[in-house]
Formats: sequence, structure tokens, C-alpha cells
Amino acid sequence: MFDNVWLIPLLPFIGFLINGLFGKKIKNETVIGGIAAAMVLGSFIVSSMTLINLLSLPSEERLAEVKIFTWITSGTFNADAAFLIDPLSCIMIMVVSGVGFLIHVYSIGYMHGEEGYYRYFSYLNLFTFSMLLLVLGNNLLLMFVGWEGVGLCSYLLIGYYFHKKSACDAGKKAFVMNRIGDFGFLLGIFTLYWYLGSSHNVWTIRFTELANNSHLLPTGGIVTVITLCFFLGATGKSAQIPLYTWLPDAMEGPTPVSALIHAATMVTAGVYMIARMNFLFIRSPETLTVIAVIGACTALFAATIGTAQNDIKRVLAYSTVSQLGYMFLAMGVGAFGAGIFHLMTHAFFKACLFLGSGAVIHSMHGALHHAHSHDDAQDMRNMGGLKSKMPLTFITFLLATIAISGIPGFSGFFSKDEILWQAFSNPHHGSLNYLLWGMGALAAGLTAFYMFRLVFMTFFGECRITPKAKDHLHESPMVIVLPLIVLAGLSVAGGFIGVPKLIGDVIGGIPNYFENFLEPVFKYSAEYMAQHGAHSGVHSHALEWGLMGGSVLIALIGITIAYSLYVANKGIPARFVAAFPGLHRAVYNKWYIDELYDYTIVNPCKAFSQFLWKGFDVIVIDGAVNGVAKTVMGFSGVFRLMQSGLISNYAWSMAFGVVVMLSYFILK
Amino acid sequence: MSYILSLTTFLPILGVLLLFFIPKESKSVLRGFTLAVTLVTFLASLLILFGFQTNAEFQFVENVPWIAAGPFVMRYNIGVDGISLWLVILTTFIMPLSVLSTWKAVEDKVKEYMICLLILETSLIGAFISIDMFLFYIYWELMLIPMYFMIGIWGGKNRLYATMKFFIYTMVGSLLMLVAFIYLYMLGSQAGIPDFSVLHFYNLRIDPTVQVWMFLAFALAFAIKVPMFPLHTWLPDAHTEAPTAGSVILAAIMLKMGTYGYVRFAMPLFPEAAHRFAPLLATLAVIGIIYAALVAMVQEDVKKLVAYSSVAHLGFVMLGLFAFNVQGMTGSMLQMLNHGISTGALFLIVGFVYERRHTRLITDFGGLAKQMPIFATIFMIVTLSSIGVPGTNGFVGEFLILMGGYESELRWWTVVATSGVIFAAVYMLWMFQRVMFGELNNPKNQKLLDLDAREIAIMVPLVVLIFVMGVYPNPFIEKMDPAIQKLVAQIRPASMNVPVLPVSSQSLPVGHPVMPAQTGAEEPAAHSGMSGQLPAGHPGMTNKGQSSEPVVNPHESK
Repeated sequence: MFDNVWLIPLLPFIGFLINGLFGKKIKNETVIGGIAAAMVLGSFIVSSMTLINLLSLPSEERLAEVKIFTWITSGTFNADAAFLIDPLSCIMIMVVSGVGFLIHVYSIGYMHGEEGYYRYFSYLNLFTFSMLLLVLGNNLLLMFVGWEGVGLCSYLLIGYYFHKKSACDAGKKAFVMNRIGDFGFLLGIFTLYWYLGSSHNVWTIRFTELANNSHLLPTGGIVTVITLCFFLGATGKSAQIPLYTWLPDAMEGPTPVSALIHAATMVTAGVYMIARMNFLFIRSPETLTVIAVIGACTALFAATIGTAQNDIKRVLAYSTVSQLGYMFLAMGVGAFGAGIFHLMTHAFFKACLFLGSGAVIHSMHGALHHAHSHDDAQDMRNMGGLKSKMPLTFITFLLATIAISGIPGFSGFFSKDEILWQAFSNPHHGSLNYLLWGMGALAAGLTAFYMFRLVFMTFFGECRITPKAKDHLHESPMVIVLPLIVLAGLSVAGGFIGVPKLIGDVIGGIPNYFENFLEPVFKYSAEYMAQHGAHSGVHSHALEWGLMGGSVLIALIGITIAYSLYVANKGIPARFVAAFPGLHRAVYNKWYIDELYDYTIVNPCKAFSQFLWKGFDVIVIDGAVNGVAKTVMGFSGVFRLMQSGLISNYAWSMAFGVVVMLSYFILK
Repeated sequence: MSYILSLTTFLPILGVLLLFFIPKESKSVLRGFTLAVTLVTFLASLLILFGFQTNAEFQFVENVPWIAAGPFVMRYNIGVDGISLWLVILTTFIMPLSVLSTWKAVEDKVKEYMICLLILETSLIGAFISIDMFLFYIYWELMLIPMYFMIGIWGGKNRLYATMKFFIYTMVGSLLMLVAFIYLYMLGSQAGIPDFSVLHFYNLRIDPTVQVWMFLAFALAFAIKVPMFPLHTWLPDAHTEAPTAGSVILAAIMLKMGTYGYVRFAMPLFPEAAHRFAPLLATLAVIGIIYAALVAMVQEDVKKLVAYSSVAHLGFVMLGLFAFNVQGMTGSMLQMLNHGISTGALFLIVGFVYERRHTRLITDFGGLAKQMPIFATIFMIVTLSSIGVPGTNGFVGEFLILMGGYESELRWWTVVATSGVIFAAVYMLWMFQRVMFGELNNPKNQKLLDLDAREIAIMVPLVVLIFVMGVYPNPFIEKMDPAIQKLVAQIRPASMNVPVLPVSSQSLPVGHPVMPAQTGAEEPAAHSGMSGQLPAGHPGMTNKGQSSEPVVNPHESK
């Protein structure tokens, strides 16, 4: 029934090979882009068929593993190239191939005329392949292959403009930060494998077997260590505190890349990984607390930075970090379904936002280029009034902004509200829940503020671009606009497949299709909680309505403030900056976290390495080696004198020896 | 077919004899002929590969008396098993590529150069297939001579210092090994062993205190060759001064001689001592991984950087060996091959650039990717393989090593070693960025030519193997697996069977699985009787070697 699922990752890989090997010869942009997009479309079609097949099964039978070949076997260790089909992986492949296809189409227009067009599309296809491998892999190691593969593609695509030092630095930073996470991921695999194997003779890294044997893992110590290791991996890949600093820099890559990799798909891999291993994470309340706190902190912290950035993509980057924080908050409070739901809606609206910003930049860039201006095409201070120039971009962007701000009826509202409610009412963290909710709600307000700030600065008011360039601003071609429209549509309506029960009951008994579909995946953790839940969470409809109203109100306040600051009274932000220059500088400079890392880690590390080389390797070790050689040479220099070659010398010493020996024997 | 091993070994020497008849002015004939010889040798070695039966025994064995002087009987005793098989193939595979790489690089004394290369090939293959330890020792010393000349004659500015350092360093170790080796022979002749076959010595049960000294002598010789921290300083010098082919062979094959020495001799001959010194050697290996990575990071010369990266990679190999379990050993064996391929490729790449620009300083480059796209792609792939990105060969070996290490006594060592994956990315990518990316500013770099057909032909087989071994490593593992299983069983501490001196068991490292001393009331078969003494059904029975202690694990209780 799922025999053809291997096609899902294979098709983009074929696309990668074709464009990677022959793209340079093909030259024709339409063919190159067409092949790449068609391959991902193929994946999407097969994914849809897989989803339909899966839906046709009764919910408890929605699980299949398809083995392709034996990958590594050594001793007790075995890892196959095999795929796992279940509701979770199905949702992920739909999102990855679906959003991925739209972004491929968009790229055909966006990358038009770029040098290395084929390189771009082959990387993009390779990324899609790796991401699909990541979500389909039936064991930890195959997941890790995809995990590293997406990291590699991210590195290649961030550094796509490799002649720019900033782009290369950003790519390297992303790769290294991810590697720090991978260090944790690997240790997690090792510890899990070793523990289950040595104490229970279960030598496996397959998700299904791990889930079935998860009861063998005790709560406490060991499981906390394992899950924290994995979580370290997630913080790297999904840009959470303390490893988030690479994501804003990753905006050096082409904008569609930011949309696909650094917003919609790759950065959510950490969330997916935790959801995939929910049976493990649920066993460690300590880890859940850490995840929830880190998630909430990241959501809030990144949102504060987002309020002061002027680069349109940077605002969106911090917004992504912040939204990922929400997803981790969801994971940390045990709301796995809600987290995955937010992952999906976020993929819709954030991809739409990034692509919209790309359309704006594209247009700005062209206009500035025509006017021979060197102004920054990404700086919102140069924009303004684009509403009339780019109406379709504006409308789609606005819809996605409303969605991310959590206005009722739009997709972001349903998913974010579900997370906030679970943060408040979950049974895991006791009174910490109130703080988690508070931080989440505050971050929601900030989100609404900085997103509408962005919209107002970009699309409203008078146009601040140089007058000469102004006339060259224009709406993008259809190949760019169409994906925007589709994504905007999904941002608006995508939330209705996961309507929270509370609302669903009111508006005519719509069930929460999304959570019901995912239920089998999370049944282990649900069972575990049913057994161990000391006190079940808060269940009060009135309270839930109240909090929902509260969070909507906070979002509206954020929007109102943005309106008053950036449309009604434009003088206020400048006065605010003048009143609190220190605060503004700190926020604008991202709280100086990059500088902090440089001074405390990077620079000492370099200095220490220099010392090891020039101080230890050359002076100490080689000094010792050469010293031995010199000593030997010194001795031989002395001994050399004895072999003078003069017969008389030899005769004298012989005579001396004879005398010494004779006296010894005589006097004895 | 039955003489295929000898044929493979001596084909290069045959080539040397024929080379004498080629006039030294006809350089292209010399080159072409040498290439042909190495290719034929490679084809011959493929016969070994395809004829190899997947089992733990030595195959294609040739065993005839050679030098019989009184009680000393040295035999020409050779054969391959799963451990040496791939190393032989690696050697014959790398050689034609090395010859191709010297096409334009060596214009001076071409004939002598080619003779050196071919003698080197024979000695390398010979050392890998020797069962007779005396024969091994001959090959082991023989390979120093051509390498000494290659660095000393065709090397860079500082070549004499480098080649002397290389030679003396290695000789010091070899001499100690020779002493231990003679002592081993004396022990053997007391026990009635008629010759130098290592298979006979495996059955020799040596007193653990004696083992300590003999192990140390062997271990030192091999540690220099590997090279392990802090005995590594000859390597960067030798590499920087050596011509490209010399560097490639040195890194890809000769360093493996050290790790192979551990696998074939030091560990199975002296298992108790090997276990006793495992923490020390693992510590040095882990220091090597981190230390060499950090030092590599700040190198200014690309070739030196690659040399230091070798030290780090071989640190991983050593760590895997001293895990004493199947995963770790398999990982190490794979990593030896992987390192041969990817570091060999890196040295070739450095050679390509050096031939064009006659400099290796990182600061002289930048932006080459724009000028040399094919080169950039291949360089990138090799870099990724060296970092150990999944999908390339480097990953599989490294992963198995770390997994094996983690399961063994060396858990905390492994945790530290795992951080090596971060540093590897840092120094390789940073180097790659500074050489290949950025603006193409230096006018001397603006006219660089991309790789030509010959150079592409050198790199393509390596790149293909990088992916094949990364995506489908199982055929490689399957061939070596029985031999490794046997080896692991062999190294399992026989102290459980042999009466142990109380002193030596007390001084064993904490957590060492010494069973309650069994005074030799019964005499179980030396190594195979072991498994019966583990509790039935214990997971460690077949695979876990070192970490199979049933009662207490000091790390577990935390």
C-alpha cells in the first residue's frame, strides 16, 4: 500500500543530480527550474496519495514501515534505510513537499538571471530530499542523515553568494552552531542505545521499537540526560537559546531559501524530533520544564529584538525564532499535537511573509538599480507606501500578518491559542504555568506589534525610496505572486482543520481533525500521563474563553500601538529612541549576544589554539625532540675527539688501559 | 590463483626491473609504464577481493620456508584476512592515483622517483599481508627507505630536516619493537613454537607483567607511525616537505601501518597489557583529536592543516580500537579506509593548487571557487567527507567508532571525542572558506585554470568511493566482519583464564572487568573458552567484549 513512498525523497534527489551534473550545460532557466519544481511536485503528489491511503485505514492501523536496503550492520548495531509512515510523518511530508513546491515555483521567477541558477536549484532539491529523509526515516540514524543533510544544504544556500564574506561567515556559523547541536544529538543516540541495550538487551534505534520499549526507561536521571542531549540538538537546528544566533545571520541567503529552510521546514526539525520521540520526553518532567522555559524565553526574547530591527528579513528572522519558541513551549508542556499544528500553520504564514518580503526586496532592488542608488533594498526605512505599487503582495502579506498576530478566524489564532491554553492548563509544571502563559501572551503582543510595524513601515505612509527609483517599483510576475496567493489562502483557512474543541462545539460541532489524526502518534505519552498524572490539568471552559479573549486583546493592543507609532504619530519612535538610547542600542544590537559569544568563546578558543601550536607543539614537543637530537649530536661531538686518527694517541690510551687493568688484578 | 598474493606484491618490483631498461630521458614513457604497472597491480588485487571468502580465516596463504639458520626458521608466510584485505586494496587503489598526480609535478629524476614509488608499493602490500612477523619487520623497515628518498630528494625547502626527523623518529620505535620481537621469539621457542608466524604467537600465553613491557615497545613503535599525540610532530614536517605523491601515500597508507600494527600485533599478542593501557592510549587518542583539531584551525599552510587533521582522524581510529568491541573495531577499520580516501584526496587537492601557484599559504588564496568551479565542487565533497557529513564515507566510520566507544569502558573519553565533530567542521570549513570563497582579489589567482582531464580522472574514483562507502557501506563491513568478531574474542582479557599475579590485577584501571581470580585448576582453551564464563544470555556475550562485566559498572550508578 505504501510501496511507492521511496519515490517521495527520490524524486527531488533525481532533480538534484540532473541539475547538479548537467545544469551548467542545460543553461535554459525554464528547463532547470521546471525540472526542479516538477520533481518536488511529484513528491507532493506521491505524498498526497500516501496521505489518502493512510486516511483510508482505521486510525489504530495507521503505521507502516517500508525498508529499502540494509545500511549499516555491525555487531548488535543495525540501521536500515527504511521509512516510517504514520500521521506525523505524513503531515510533515505534505508540508515539506507542498510548501517546498510553491517555493520552487516562486524561485523560478525570483532567481531569474542569477549566476549559478542551476546550482541554486540543485541545492534546493537536495534540501528537499534531505528534509523528506529526515521526516520519513524510521530510525534515529537515518533521521540524523537528513538532519545533517538539511544543515549542509542550509550552509550551501546561505553561502550561495559565496563572493560575499558576510554570506560565507553566516553559512559557516550556521553549520558550526548546528554541529554543536549535533554533538548533543549523537550523545543522545549513544546513551539511549547503550542504556536500553546493556540493561534490557534491546539494541535498537528504530522509533517503533523504542516506543514499544519506552517503559523500560526509568524516569529521572538517565532519561533526563538522554532527552536533554536530544534537546541540545534541537536548539541548534531550531535556533533556540542559546544556539539561535545563526538564524538571523542566515538571512544572507536568497529570500526563497529563508522562506523554505529558515522558516517553514528545516528549523522546525527540532520540533518534529521531539514530537517523534514524545514517548521519551514525556518521561522526564525535568526536561519538559527546561524545554518549556527555553521555548517561552526564546519566544519572548526574540520578539523583543524583532521590535527594533529595520531590515525586513531580520524582523522576520527574529519572528521565526520567536515562533519556534512557541512550538517548543508546546512540546515542553506536553501539547505535542498543538506544537505540530503550529508548525504547520507557521509554515504557511511565515513562508508567505518571507516570500512577500522577497517580492518587495526584488522590486526595491530593481528600482534602486535603475536609479543607480546604493540604498539598502532590505531596509524598511527606505520603503513605505508600497501598498499601491504592489497590491497583490500587500494583500497576501497583510493576511499572513493577521494570521501570525493571532486574530480569531485565521490559522495562527487556532494554533497559538491552543499552545497558550495548554501552557496555562497543563499538569506538568505547577505554578510555573502562569509564568509560561504570561511570557507566551506577552510575546504574542510583541509579535502583533512588530509585524504590524513591519507592515506599516513597508506598505503604508509615503514612499521613502529615492524619487527616481519610485516609478520603477512594480508588482511581481505571476510566477511569484501565485505562490503568495496560495500560501495566503492557507494562512487564512489552514487553521480550520484543527479547531480547538471549545470553539468547535460552539460553531456547530466541528471536531479537531488535526489532533484526532495525530492521536495514535502520541498515544504513548497520553497513556503515560494517564498513569502518572499526579493532578490533571485545569479544565474550565470559562477560564479557557477568558484566556483566549485575553490573548486576543493583547494582540489587538500590540497592533494598536504599532498603528499609533508608525501611522498616526510617527514622531514617537524617534523620541523614544532619544529618551532611552541605551535600551534602543541594546535591542537594536540584538542584546550584544553575538559579541558576548565572540569574547567568551570564539576568541579565547582561537588564542588557545595559537598557543597550542606555537607554544606547545613547536616549543615544547619539537623542542624536546630537537633537544634530544642536539644532545646526541653533542655527545657524538665529544666522542669524535677520541677518534683522532693519531696512532700515538691510540697507543697511549691502550697503554693506559693495560696499566689500569693490571693494577686492578694485582692489587685485588 | 594460489600465488595471487605474491604476484600482487611483486608486480611493482617486476616493474622496477623493467624500468631500468627505459632511458631516463623518455619521461612520459617512464610515467606511462609506471602507471600501467600500478594499474595491473590494482587489477591483480581485485582478484584477491573477488576471490575472498567471507570468513575469519587467512586466505590465499603461501607458506614456504625461507631462511632457516639453525633454530631460527623464517618462513615466507603470507595471507589476507578481512582486516588486511581492504588495506591491500586501498594500497593498490591509491598507487595509480599517486603516479598520475606526479605527471607534471616531478620533472627531475623521474626514473628514480618511479622506482621509489614502486618499491614503496611492494613494501606496503608486503607488510599488510605478512603472517610471518620477521617478514613483516623487513617490509616495515623497507618502506622507510623509498619514503626517505622521496622526501629528501624531491621535497620542499626544508626537506632534509623533515626526512631525517621522519626517519629517526620511526627508527627509534622500530628498534624498540625489534627488541620486544626478539624477546617474543625467545619466549616462543621455549614454548615450542617453530617459526615466526604471528598465528602461533597468538596462542602464546605471556605473563601479564612481561606483556606490559612488550606491549609498550610495540605500542610505541606503532604510536609513532600512527602518529599519536605527543609523538606526532614529525608528521606535519614530513607532509609539508614531501612531494604530493609522497604525502598521499604517507597519509593514505603508511599511517595505517601504525593502526594496523595495533590490530594485528600489539593488541592480540598482548591482550592483558592492551586492556591495562587502554585508558592511557584512549586518553592520548582523545587529546590528539581535540588538540590536533585546534592546532589545525590556526594553521597558515593548507598542507600542514591537512596533516594535523590526519592526527585528529587517526585519534578516532585509535579510540575505536581500544573500545574492544565489534562496533568500535569495525568503525576503526572503516575509518582507516575513509581516511585513506579523503585525506589522500585532500593532499591531491593541495597538490593541484600548489602546482598552479607554488604556494600553500591560505592567505594567498581566496575566491578560487569562481575561477575553478569543478575544482571547487570536488574540494567541497572531499571537505565534507573529511568532516564526516552523513552520506559520505567519513560519517559511517566515525559514528561506529563513537558508538562502540560509548558502549565500552571508554564512555567519558568518547563524550569528549564526540566534540571533535564540532572542531572538524570549524577548521575544515574555515579553511575552505578562506581558500575558495570570497572575492577573487589576488591577480595571480585570476588566471588559474580549472582541473584538466588528468586531474579529474584522479579525483573521480575518490569522489565515487566517498559516496559509495557513505551510502552503502555494508559490503565493506561484511567482508571484514568475521575477522573482527574473531579479533574481538581474541583480545578479550585472557586474565580470566590465566593465573594472574595479584599485583598486576590490582593496578588495573578502575572498572576493569577482572573476574574473580581463577587459579588455573583447569586449562581452558586459550581464548575460546572465555564465553562460557559469562552468564548465559548476557548481551555482551558475543559482541561487547570489554563492557560485558555483569555486576557493577561504575558509570551506570550515577
